[in-house]
Amino acid sequence: MAEGVILQGGECVKIENASISSSSKPAISTNRKKRGMIFYLRRDWQLYSLLLLPFTFVALFKYAPMSGLVLAFKDYKLAKGIWGSEWVGFEVFMDLFAKHDFLRAVRNTLLLNSLDLVFSFTMPIVLALLLNEIKNVRFKRANQTVLYLPHFLSWVIIGAIAYQLLSVGNGVINNVIESIGGNRIPFLQEDTHWLFTYLAIGVWQSMGWGTIIYLASISSINPEMYEAATVDGAGRWRKAWNVTLPSIRVTIVTLLILNLGKIMEGSFERIIALQNKATTEFTTTIPVLVYRWGIEGGNFSRATALGLFQAVIGLVLVLAADRIAKKLGEDGLI
Amino acid sequence: MKASAGTTALWSRKRYDIWGMLIGLALIISSLACLLPFVHVIAKSLSADAYVIANKVTLWPQGFTLEAYGKIFADKSIMRSLYVSIIVTVLFTIIGMILTIFAAYPLSRKQLKGRTVITFIFLFTMYFHGGIIPDYMLINSLGMLDTMWSLVLPLAFSAFNLLIMKTALSSTIPDSLEESARIDGAGHYRILWSIVLPLSKPIIATLSLFYAVGRWNAYQDALFYIKQNVDMRPLQLKLYYLIIQASESFQLEATQVTLSNPEVLKASCVVFATLPIICVYPFIQKYFVQGAMIGAVKG
Repeated sequence: MAEGVILQGGECVKIENASISSSSKPAISTNRKKRGMIFYLRRDWQLYSLLLLPFTFVALFKYAPMSGLVLAFKDYKLAKGIWGSEWVGFEVFMDLFAKHDFLRAVRNTLLLNSLDLVFSFTMPIVLALLLNEIKNVRFKRANQTVLYLPHFLSWVIIGAIAYQLLSVGNGVINNVIESIGGNRIPFLQEDTHWLFTYLAIGVWQSMGWGTIIYLASISSINPEMYEAATVDGAGRWRKAWNVTLPSIRVTIVTLLILNLGKIMEGSFERIIALQNKATTEFTTTIPVLVYRWGIEGGNFSRATALGLFQAVIGLVLVLAADRIAKKLGEDGLI
Repeated sequence: MKASAGTTALWSRKRYDIWGMLIGLALIISSLACLLPFVHVIAKSLSADAYVIANKVTLWPQGFTLEAYGKIFADKSIMRSLYVSIIVTVLFTIIGMILTIFAAYPLSRKQLKGRTVITFIFLFTMYFHGGIIPDYMLINSLGMLDTMWSLVLPLAFSAFNLLIMKTALSSTIPDSLEESARIDGAGHYRILWSIVLPLSKPIIATLSLFYAVGRWNAYQDALFYIKQNVDMRPLQLKLYYLIIQASESFQLEATQVTLSNPEVLKASCVVFATLPIICVYPFIQKYFVQGAMIGAVKG
């Protein structure tokens, strides 16, 4: 009965459409296909005209620079310009791959990002599980507000605060360490210490903000699951381990894959704000090297080649990550 | 059965409390780790030089003085940077929002022919871009180096924000609402202005804040594009040269030889630059959390 009504309704609509769009009945289906771009342009010209402005911006500031990538295959001379310079094929890349700095930059980029994945990725999960255990709403909200704060600060400010706190000479942390009888630690002035300080600051900056997505997916867990677990005699840890974690596993896996896809990227601002002349071993990452070679050093061809190398690998990794996420039944990102 | 449940409940409640307290303690420690660095820098900025040099300031100002702040407000180049930052942020946010709305509304309409292709063209820029050097060459050839426009225009279109706006518009503006408006004779401009914009105020607020805070905090592009024209440095870049590179001295320092230790001045600069964000933070936090959740749905 109900189906019949729907069918009838559908029929009705169809007939109406037909009578509006064309007078002769058999031509409905073919008529639809004949409509060219002009028909849609005329019907939706206002929509298309709205798109003009953003389209211009994207064409000019996102796609036009891509033509500049030809620099990676040319021997760029300032006097000759981009288009007048000589083609050299893959010579620039051969030159690039042979550079000691190149290998170091790739190693550092991978090293810093994978260590970030170990620490900065796991901390929000732990923190979200802890926050989830808090039943006092006010206490929870106060903690969240404070924990989110570092996310809103620029890396320059974070860098400046880090130097105020951690410098060997007059950093307050070193003052405290000394006052309880320890030795001053060169947190930011020695390579290995710098690496750990860099990671710790990354955790500090992102741990609170990272909890948002996990808390959101925790809040969508059916409370009955917890009730059932309680009836079965599960304690706090048991529930966290057997109910909460499995329920947010999907989120964790998706984020992990997406982050793996970004492993060739690097935060230029974070490194530039925390680096100094004493610590060059780990601070040379790909974007930093592009900046030094290109904008500071004027070797545009080699810097472009390095940037292109990173962009292509990055794109491949992101596409792979997307494919894997989709295969696992997640949303993916494209 | 009942009796045993009662005893285990009693037993577990006792343990519950201890663990509950430990969890609370862990959270308090984490929160303090986020908060105390600011407290220290603020205390330092309000202290007298002598105490700071002697490493005596931890969490409370020693020899309270506002001298350093007086110097900042008297420093023309810092105030100039603040001014540049404000202008750039306002312009950037307005242009960015116009672009986002203009792109998101048509792309959220199912009837638009070529929607998939156009969306792809816009969103592809999220995953692949020319890179630092080609961008730099473009800005150079457009003659925008050392001008404010190099900070306002290139990043004004954000594919990520477009994605969020598009998702929000598709869900908040039902097709039926738009259809009925069209039957009443309204064109798309009118629908956008009188129906879509008023209905999507929350998402507009959220994205404006994304744009504004992002622009306020970024300094990478300023570092690339603002080289010779020192007057055009936004606040974050100024701070970078002033504190992190320490390659630039405070204007007043040069004239007042008495100031031997810039530590207090540095601390007060940090507070000065952080203050605008801290002041608006309690009000914008809510919008950011909402935006982060919409954004999380896709990438």
